[in-house]
This record gives sequence, C-alpha cells and structure tokens, in this order.
Amino acid sequence: MEENSILVKDLCKKFDGFLLDHVSFHVPKGSITGFIGENGAGKSTTINLLLNNIKKDSGQVYIFGREHTENKIKSGIGVVFDECNFNDVFTTKDIEKIMSGVYKTWDSSFFNYYIKEFKIPQGQQISSFSKGMKMKLSIICAMAHKPELLILDEATTGLDPVVRDEILDLFLEFIQDEKCSVFFSSHITSDIQKIADYVVLIHKGKIIFEEKKDDLVYNYGILKCSKEKFNSISKDDYVKYKETNLSMECLVCNKEKAKQKYKNFIVDNATLEDIMLFYVKGGKA
Amino acid sequence: MEIIISNSSGRPIYEQICMQVKSMVMSGTLSAGEALPSMRALAKDLHISVITVQRAYEDLARDGFIETVSGKGSFVASQNKEFIKEEQLREIEGLLSKAAQAGRTNGVSYDEMAGILKMFYEE
Repeated sequence: MEENSILVKDLCKKFDGFLLDHVSFHVPKGSITGFIGENGAGKSTTINLLLNNIKKDSGQVYIFGREHTENKIKSGIGVVFDECNFNDVFTTKDIEKIMSGVYKTWDSSFFNYYIKEFKIPQGQQISSFSKGMKMKLSIICAMAHKPELLILDEATTGLDPVVRDEILDLFLEFIQDEKCSVFFSSHITSDIQKIADYVVLIHKGKIIFEEKKDDLVYNYGILKCSKEKFNSISKDDYVKYKETNLSMECLVCNKEKAKQKYKNFIVDNATLEDIMLFYVKGGKA
Repeated sequence: MEIIISNSSGRPIYEQICMQVKSMVMSGTLSAGEALPSMRALAKDLHISVITVQRAYEDLARDGFIETVSGKGSFVASQNKEFIKEEQLREIEGLLSKAAQAGRTNGVSYDEMAGILKMFYEE
C-alpha cells in the first residue's frame, strides 16, 4: 500500500527572479504536515505545482502514489486557498446545489451539519459574511466531498484565535480516519506547533528541513551567552547563531547535550517560530 | 479518564501523558483490560499531534503498562501491580541512597534532608 499521500522529488520551477530549487519532501498518510517559510519563500508556488495549476520544469510529484497530472486524483483532494472564491451573490444553499452536482461523493449531511455547527447564516449572500465565515465555508466545502487529502494555503491567516481553534479541531477530526492527511502552509507557527506531526521549512525556494515536529520542539534549544564566551563554543555544537547588541544566541539541535557541555550557559527551549527565525535570519556556523 | 497537559511545564507532552496514565494505572483508576482512547482521538481531544500521543503510548507499552493490539487499540495491561511497585521502589531506594550520600559528605543533617523531601512531596 502506498505510504505517502504526497511525495515530491527534485521539483524545480524557474520564474523571473525566483527559483524553486530541487524541492523534495513527503506527507505520510494519516498525518498533518505543516509547511512554513517567509513570504515569497515558495510555499504557494509549491502548492500550485502540486495541484498542477502551474507546470513544473522538472522533478516528480506523486499524489496517492500516482502522477499528479492525472485528472482522476483530483476528486480525492480538497483544496483551500487564502480567499473564498465563491461568487458573492450565492447563498450556502446555492453552493450546496452546485457542489453536489460537481462531486459524485458530495455529502450533504456533512455539509449541513457543519454549516449549523459553525453558525454560518443560511439564506444570506456570501457578500455579507465575515472573513472567518467565508474561510470556514471554504474549508467545509473542501471537506464535504470526502477527499483523502486536504491542501490548504494560508487558510488560517487573518483569522482570530477562536476560529483558528475550531479549524484545527476540524483538521484533527479529519485525520481520525487513518487514510486522510492534511498539508497546510501557515505563517502562524503556533498552530503548526500545536497539531502538526511533521514540519517542512522552505527558504528562498529550497527545503531547509523536513522533520518530525516533536524532534524539533523537544531537541532544539537556544543557547545564550556573552560575545566573548561565544568563541569558546565549538562550531560543531550549534546550527545557526544570531548576534544582538548585548549577547549572542545560538540554535543547538541537541539541547541536553549542550546543557551538559556548556554548564554555565543558559539553554532555553526553542519554539517553532524561534527555529524558523534562526534558519532564515541567523548566521551560519 | 482525565489527562491534564501543562504547556508551561518543562516536561515534554508525551512524558506528561505517560506519567499521568501510569499513575492512573497504579492508583487503580484505570483497571486491567480497560480500553484507552485511540491515539487519534486522544490527539484530537488534547489538541496535539498524533505522533506525540504515539510516542507516549509506545513508552507506556515498553514499560508494560499498556498493550497495543493492532487494529483494535490499546488496553491497560493485566500486569502485576506489586511487581511494578517493587521495581519503582528499587529505583527510589537507589536515588535516595545517592541523596543520603551527598547529604552525609556535605554535612546536611537527616532532619534537613527530610525537610527537603517533604517540600518536594508537597510541591
């Protein structure tokens, strides 16, 4: 049986002034994978390439073990972009009518249950919806045709913590069936830190790492010291460093080892956000 | 079953789950053969990733507290409680003997030592 929902190998795409350079990663079945990176790092480009919305220059993309260009696989994917792309004049009833015609597998009871659960007004035009409501509607629509893979691009950006929490709940509900997986990009690293199983970091079109989230959060640490003492730290012991006016900070990938070796230094826990900042902005060891 | 996760504690979440399930087994709140929630259900309820729960369950299985039957789920193992307690006691004795040794060499009196232990107990 195919183990991965998404498998990407050496994916390349060149635009003027931007290069997606040999991107490789995978999304195992039944997992939630977070995709992080700064604006313009290549997240949306990668997602659009996965969906074959733009043509790749080279490399391979397999979804459910099949070539991603096959039309058949598309009914197995639910996609949400950062905007609600339904026409403003529709109501939820119109959308249900349209979508149930589009998808054979459309589940009306699922759709109506969540419309009620999320208190989305029925019979009102979408133009009167708040951003949070539109986003919830988009996500419900993406899930109501019972896909096995959910791909979201910045879907939780710009939403308040309450709505984001409800959406995370929905993701966790979605993967209760062990076949289903979620691949989502977000700037809000705390969301990813909460529920993701794996994290992929992209920077300037290159994948920096692809790791289990727990390994990142529990093993990485930040070692803080004065500038003089910084020289006494072996270059092998840290991954990246950052200089502030008052001190030096280093990202270490094994905080327990660092604590033992450098007893008089402060070693803090690192959040996903810290790790991302170090990789993107920090100096190299 | 109740599990309370602290996000500010220095302990990793999988360790917190592990400890709380262990103490529930030892105190008899969870009895042998009882089913634990599925990994995915627990992850959903606690709003954490499945892999974190998986790690906790693996540790619990390794220490003999639960048994995982593939396709059926995880159950509290019908282990010998006395045996586990014996095992734990031996570990505690070892740690305390180290503490006693350190206390003696540094001139810490028994009462002071007992006071420290009491403080940790009540923490």
